[in-house]
Amino acid sequence: MLHSSASAEQLCLASPVRREPEPVSVKTINHDVVAAEYAVRGAIAIKSTAYQEQLKEGKDGLPFDKVYQCNIGNPQILGQKPISFFRQVLSLCEYPELMEHPAAADIYPPDAIARAKEYLDNIPGGVGAYSESKGAVILRQHVAKGIAERDGHPCNFEDLWLTDGASPGVHYMMKTLLRNEQDCILCPIPQYPLYSATIKLYGGTLLPYFLEEGRDWQATVAHLQEQVDTARSQGKQVRALVVINPGNPTGQVLDWENQELLIKFCKQEQLVLLADEVYQTNIYAAGREFLSFKKVLMEMGPEYSGHVPLVSMNSISKGYFGECGRRGGYFELVNFPQDVKDQLYKVASISLCPNVSGQICMALIMNPPQPGDPSHELFAKERDGILESLKRRAELVVDTFRSMEGVSCNEVEGSMYAFPRLTVPPAAVKAAANQGKPADFLYCMELLDQTGIVTVPGSGFGQEPGTFHVRTTILPPEADMAQVVQKFSEFHESFMRRYKGENGGS
Amino acid sequence: MCVRCIAKARTAGRAVQALLQGWQAPAGACRTARCFSSLPEPAVDAPARPNELEGKVAHPSLLNEDLLKAQYAVRGELYMKAMELQKAGKELIFTNVGNPQQLGQLPIKFNREVTSLVVAPFLLDHPAVASLYPKDVIERARKLNKMFGGAVGAYTDSRGNAGVRQEVADFIKRRDGYPSNPEHIFLTDGASVAVRLLLNALIRDSNDHILVPIPQYPLYSASIQLYGGTLLGYNLKEQTGWSMDFNEITRSVNEARNRGACVRGMVFINPGNPTGQCLTEDNLRDLVKFAHQEKVVLMADEVYQPNIYQDEKPFVSAKKVLGDLGVPYSNSVELASFHTVSKGVLGECGLRGGYVELTNFHPGTIDELYKAVSINLSPNTVGQVAMSLMVNPPQPGQESYEQWKKEHDEGLASLRRRAHAMTDGFNSLEGVTCTFTEGAMYSFPRLHLPPKAIAAAKAAGKPADTFYCLQLLEETGIVTVPGSGFGQEEGTFHLRTTILPPEEKIQDFVKLFQDFHKKFMAKYA
Repeated sequence: MLHSSASAEQLCLASPVRREPEPVSVKTINHDVVAAEYAVRGAIAIKSTAYQEQLKEGKDGLPFDKVYQCNIGNPQILGQKPISFFRQVLSLCEYPELMEHPAAADIYPPDAIARAKEYLDNIPGGVGAYSESKGAVILRQHVAKGIAERDGHPCNFEDLWLTDGASPGVHYMMKTLLRNEQDCILCPIPQYPLYSATIKLYGGTLLPYFLEEGRDWQATVAHLQEQVDTARSQGKQVRALVVINPGNPTGQVLDWENQELLIKFCKQEQLVLLADEVYQTNIYAAGREFLSFKKVLMEMGPEYSGHVPLVSMNSISKGYFGECGRRGGYFELVNFPQDVKDQLYKVASISLCPNVSGQICMALIMNPPQPGDPSHELFAKERDGILESLKRRAELVVDTFRSMEGVSCNEVEGSMYAFPRLTVPPAAVKAAANQGKPADFLYCMELLDQTGIVTVPGSGFGQEPGTFHVRTTILPPEADMAQVVQKFSEFHESFMRRYKGENGGS
Repeated sequence: MCVRCIAKARTAGRAVQALLQGWQAPAGACRTARCFSSLPEPAVDAPARPNELEGKVAHPSLLNEDLLKAQYAVRGELYMKAMELQKAGKELIFTNVGNPQQLGQLPIKFNREVTSLVVAPFLLDHPAVASLYPKDVIERARKLNKMFGGAVGAYTDSRGNAGVRQEVADFIKRRDGYPSNPEHIFLTDGASVAVRLLLNALIRDSNDHILVPIPQYPLYSASIQLYGGTLLGYNLKEQTGWSMDFNEITRSVNEARNRGACVRGMVFINPGNPTGQCLTEDNLRDLVKFAHQEKVVLMADEVYQPNIYQDEKPFVSAKKVLGDLGVPYSNSVELASFHTVSKGVLGECGLRGGYVELTNFHPGTIDELYKAVSINLSPNTVGQVAMSLMVNPPQPGQESYEQWKKEHDEGLASLRRRAHAMTDGFNSLEGVTCTFTEGAMYSFPRLHLPPKAIAAAKAAGKPADTFYCLQLLEETGIVTVPGSGFGQEEGTFHLRTTILPPEEKIQDFVKLFQDFHKKFMAKYA
């Protein structure tokens, strides 16, 4: 633990003893950096990269000829095509002279050219100049318009911070809210490891709340209350509640009633609500729709709408667009005092500005072509094609898991992930324990070694003790998907057979 | 299980107990934990700190202290005032940030042609593509497209695309004559991100000190504060062209160490920001020897390496000097060198591309940094493409070479002329002295202000140079940064302006400045 093993820190505090120089090594760098864990790019991901290298070099001897990256929501690396309209505008913004070329009108639809002009006319210096640290005004205005249309409630562009992906927003908020280890952030378990990693990095404490698998991964207020009371009785301060909706890795979509309960809880316990809403366009289940926390909050009456501090985050990396590499995102602040906003502005200004083409992409996504626009038909076709295909893939993956022995799997209502629960033979648990690993780690590592399918073990997200899960994306192209589920099923059968056999024999 | 965890397990509720059993402990930690504290247990009835003030949870006085203390002058009071004036319709000249394209500098054509194709790969298959783009542009776009697996819309390796890192390593090797390992290069969203990455890892608590030049670029003071460390300033000597005085630096390191401080790193900026000086090889050798002797990590801010406006002191990288000095320096001095696409003649600030090369770093530390960057998934791909194009420009014989060469050489020559025009303009003024801008993008004139001006500033509760810059802004619309934002020798006053106003406007700019200055001096004579 920090203090028992921290002779270096103790030395530091024992001034004024002369300090001799210390070369940089893992032992002498910031403990919070070392302690932060990040499972999505952990040991299994690293090994998969090595396999890819081997395959590229033409080495044989592997039991597979392709690595299937189901560990990270990175759709375009798996062949998902970008939305034409967005890329057309981006390419014109990169190289505005194209608009003057006689052939431009043959290649680019007029609304793409008009949009690029509108942005370039209003962004001094275009994509190559630093913009305002919160993002260019015109782009924030377009995002605000999209939010207002989504919710039916106004959005002030001055409350928006455009960022390099959604992750910087999480970093900013953690840095801002956490003062020391006594400060806790309530995080769902299972959770996306960005939260555990940043809380560690900024020296705070993660206060977990368990999502109930048997109830579609919903959280209960009674349980949240219990966690907060326990923490407070130990002298800790609870600062914020993280909610991921649609869920990652759990894929559930919250309903109005549940969201109201969470908001009420935040009000009662004086918590900032950190709403990770990056999967808001990824909804697959019939009868489910995405409701933003902003909308719900605004419709709960002045007692709530004017009080509960809310941070709503969104990204260009998910949805039907999947522009991960572009690094675009935003967060909206609701019910934050002006001087706190000033502080967040200052933090953003230290990095000068988010990348401008990511900002443009965010604005395009929140303000896409409308019916009647020349690009609308193609845009709608591309968007619907991708979302329908994702829905089919979600169903295929869930059906496959449900057909496996000892596996249960909730519906993928939204987001990009299935999170099946594995009941593995005791011999597998024991074999894993011998390596000092949880059983799902062993399972995922063997899955990779035998099939080339890269997943993330549930232990990387946290799970109820004694349960084991796997997170897989639903992103391999439909043509590959049949193969992936086939290989997965075969692997599972052999895994179960092997460890049951060992069990029987021992 | 540690004592604290046992106690906790006894008192905790069901869910907490479940948690204690369920989480994996990080290696070396209490095996029961992730108990939610690895911290001293509070006294049993310690009252919880208020979580709300004046009805606000996120109340400014309840925020992270380091955040509140951090200051960032480049976008500080002057900038806020400028924004206010701009909203009111005043026309402004922004010379506060090195942001060339905002002032009308055109991007390098080849780079943008390639980028426009890379982000719109469908154009590559369009029949009109050959009429729109030169052949080498199309080829380069195809190559990059392949390097990124056909998908610049996808996350890359968290350190950046392996192909681009290899290109950067090749560029460094060509520049220095010494090998560079692409595994020790991290591509980042601009160099600022790389600087913060290093500072976050080096700084453990407020006792950890980082040597920073004064005047300095406020990224360093702000980030060191943000990560809870302490800045140990070393003065650059204006009289001798902003040179370093190693006797003084050694003395201040010793003093700090005798106080019990831990001195971890040393930042230097070459060419200098805001001071514009270029370091000689002799100077760099002293630096490297100093870092070796005092065991500090050298943080070499070399983002202005292409921006050189004289021939006596060409840019020499710290990495090259390390190699030239040989063992024990070349295999032991820990060096982090930063570079960017935002400066040079590219000036691609908005694309956010940068890198850090780590030399002689512990492999475990490189792994930790890799993990830290992975929390943000990956740097933006357009910035990575811009980096690739910067380190790998068109070559003689290729179709775009002549045009590229012309833009590149003219851009640099124009900056050189502007550096002269700017410093000459300042030096022609009574009460102003200005060291020649040997490199980078800034002039940092010293203002010898009359006592009445200093008294008036004091009465207004502002440093005298802020007072001066605010009046300059209000009367001329010129946005600068006062020297107090960078730090300066006690009792001296400066301001920083970029040399970036377009060449055809630079004489007007100088004139505008001169008129204001004369009026100001007369007013407070």
